[in-house]
Amino acid sequence: MRVMAQMAMVMNLDKCIGCHTCSVTCKQAWTNRAGTEYVWFNNVETRPGLGYPRRYEDQEEWKGGWTLNKRGRLALKGGGRLRKLATIFSNPKMPSIQDYYEPWTYDYETLTSSPATDNFPVARPKSLLTGKNMTIKWSANWDDNLGGSREHASRDLMLKGIEEKVKMEFEETFMFYLPRICEHCLNPSCAASCPSGAIYKRAEDGIVLVDQDRCRGWRMCVSGCPYKKVYFNHRTGKAEKCTFCYPRLEVGLPTVCSETCVGRLRYIGLVLYDADKVLEQASIEDEKALYAAQRACFLDPDDPEVQRAAEAAGIPADWMEAARRSPVWALINRYEVALPLHPEYRTMPMVWYIPPLSPVVDVIKDTGFDAEDRGNLFAAIEALRIPVEYLANLFTAGDVPTVEGVLRKLAAMRSYMRDINLGRDPDESIPAAVGMDGETMYDMFRLLAIAKYEDRYVIPSAHAEQAHALEELATECSLEFDGGPGMYDSGPFGEGSGRPVPVAVENFQMLKDRQTSDTLAAPDDKATRVNLLNWDGKGVPSGLFPPRPDATPDRPDAGLTGGTGGRGSGA
Amino acid sequence: MDQFLWVVVPYLCLATFVVGHFWRYRYDKFGWTTRSSQLYEDKLLRLGSPLFHFGMLGVVGGHVIGLLVPRSWTDAIGIDDHLYHYVAVGGGLAAGVAAVAGMVILIYRRRTVGPVFSATTAMDKVMYLFLAVVIFLGMWNTIAGSIFTLGGEYNYREGVSVWYRSFLAFQPDASLMADAPIGFQLHALTAFALFALWPFTRLVHVFSAPVGYLTRPYIVYRSRETTLSSHRPRQGWDEPANR
Repeated sequence: MRVMAQMAMVMNLDKCIGCHTCSVTCKQAWTNRAGTEYVWFNNVETRPGLGYPRRYEDQEEWKGGWTLNKRGRLALKGGGRLRKLATIFSNPKMPSIQDYYEPWTYDYETLTSSPATDNFPVARPKSLLTGKNMTIKWSANWDDNLGGSREHASRDLMLKGIEEKVKMEFEETFMFYLPRICEHCLNPSCAASCPSGAIYKRAEDGIVLVDQDRCRGWRMCVSGCPYKKVYFNHRTGKAEKCTFCYPRLEVGLPTVCSETCVGRLRYIGLVLYDADKVLEQASIEDEKALYAAQRACFLDPDDPEVQRAAEAAGIPADWMEAARRSPVWALINRYEVALPLHPEYRTMPMVWYIPPLSPVVDVIKDTGFDAEDRGNLFAAIEALRIPVEYLANLFTAGDVPTVEGVLRKLAAMRSYMRDINLGRDPDESIPAAVGMDGETMYDMFRLLAIAKYEDRYVIPSAHAEQAHALEELATECSLEFDGGPGMYDSGPFGEGSGRPVPVAVENFQMLKDRQTSDTLAAPDDKATRVNLLNWDGKGVPSGLFPPRPDATPDRPDAGLTGGTGGRGSGA
Repeated sequence: MDQFLWVVVPYLCLATFVVGHFWRYRYDKFGWTTRSSQLYEDKLLRLGSPLFHFGMLGVVGGHVIGLLVPRSWTDAIGIDDHLYHYVAVGGGLAAGVAAVAGMVILIYRRRTVGPVFSATTAMDKVMYLFLAVVIFLGMWNTIAGSIFTLGGEYNYREGVSVWYRSFLAFQPDASLMADAPIGFQLHALTAFALFALWPFTRLVHVFSAPVGYLTRPYIVYRSRETTLSSHRPRQGWDEPANR
């Protein structure tokens, strides 16, 4: 037994309202830079839908993840080491920018600089790759809320086997949102595909990271990841991916996407697993058994034997305590309501999902029946094959009974809690019908519905004795390195070349830069431009307002208009 | 003049090559990449890039044999001049044509595909110029010199190769190069200029050829302590920057 700790996430899909706050805050924090315009470490997909990049789930086309070879051994679907090296000069399975979308901005300047004309001036879309006018044909959320789904959604791969039953008619369809980040897999195929060995799994918390100093831009990780969650920064020529916000996690803070989630649907916690078992369990032949196989890798933090092995493996006591209190562990193992996304890719993903009951509830509600009655809900789960089979294609490689079991638990919780909320006697036969007792069901309700901050996020921080060297704290003064913060400018060998800049310093510089610019390239008047999205309303960046008519040369603008101008604009 | 061209200049270029790589690796690990443009355009790259790169691997292999293997060695294993010439020109021509065809496709792509062109740096353009000239001169020497024997018979294995080995042994004999045809002289000079430019261009990715991939385990684990990249403990001899 080789005990390792893994930082993992669970998302409760019933609570996702598709507001994209997670995507936007993640983008502001991590990918608001040249070269990553098209990159969304976190994105929210409407399902049924094509996803981002389009049809990324079609592994017969993209060849991501693992597969079993003829001898029944686990092998990269995109080909082994020799094949990778033979195709290194041109990756045959690399998605093109059009599979994501061509990033663009608008030519806002014409709106303000246009002379008086008969027609309104128009801000035309400009490609962020070429700077030329372009026609917008697709983006990361083109089919948001089933927009255009009559045309597109039938190409959703998860509809396989149920295509003829699904009507994309407005009244008859179902939908839910699927937020996605990097899965930080136990068996990451991106890392296995990297010729340079730049992608690694952190031994302490299992976070999968790209060493930017070792990445050489071979692009094999992009095609190797079946979730298409490793991106190529086309300006720096390096791969980038979701970092699980490791600088925040190290000091005990949840990721940006979790922290800002409006629906409070994300849970972060530790899971212990046996690293020696991963390969064997990922190689199980029956795809439908892979959900159970992955669970077989996990170790119970309450088991004394596991505790001893963990201590021997150097996992600190406070981490063990966090593993025992982990909401992720509870949702996966105690309540058994969380499921992995696409276990059939055999990467052992570690961002799990509680499948949504809402497609079922909505149908009952629309028919006028009681949507909180256990009998109605159970019957509907049986009867509504389409959403249930669709969910099974997403979360259990098509194994319907597992998904049904989870949905029945959620349905049971719904009707059990209604009795309690209405002051009736709780009906203990309801939890018993799904194999739980009343107390456990109530605990599950507390975790899912009340979802207190300290229950959702149980994050043991990195140890104090290392704190001076952590990215976010950086008491080892982070400005004290070659060139200091000025280093952020482009180096002589293209975007971002030169010595690495600590994340905290880079973010500070970036925010400062952003507050004074809003364009892709560097226009002549860059220094005088202001990005309103980043303006916090305090002070007056120069150039935001026209100079005051009474301003005299001996009273500098910055000081004077700084106070009055700001307040004036707010009124 | 001969001493300057065939001793001073080559050693200067070699020194720039070595020191430049050392410096670039120390200063700019982050910028050490292929700067791939595959994301922008796929069809032309899929054709041109393998053609060029595999062609270049052949060309480099041919140069290693032609420059580093003395004539006496091939004589010793019974390869006569005629056979050697036949293999060298045949192999060289095949590799060279592939490399040139690939390069033409890649340069055409770089110029005509909008996003690729706007991602091209000034250093890229200089590098392309030198690379193209070196390859063109090399092809000229092979075709005009070895096949049609324009400007008389010249066996580079008696001249250029011997000089190159003497150069690597730090006992350069400039007269050998001074007697070589102008095509060979220009090819060697531009090649050395390219070597001097090398560490400052994207060509550094040549030295990242991921052969280690063949032997390492698939999944790499690393401990946090060794990966605090931007906060590596300062070396004892480093003065704090602003104190």
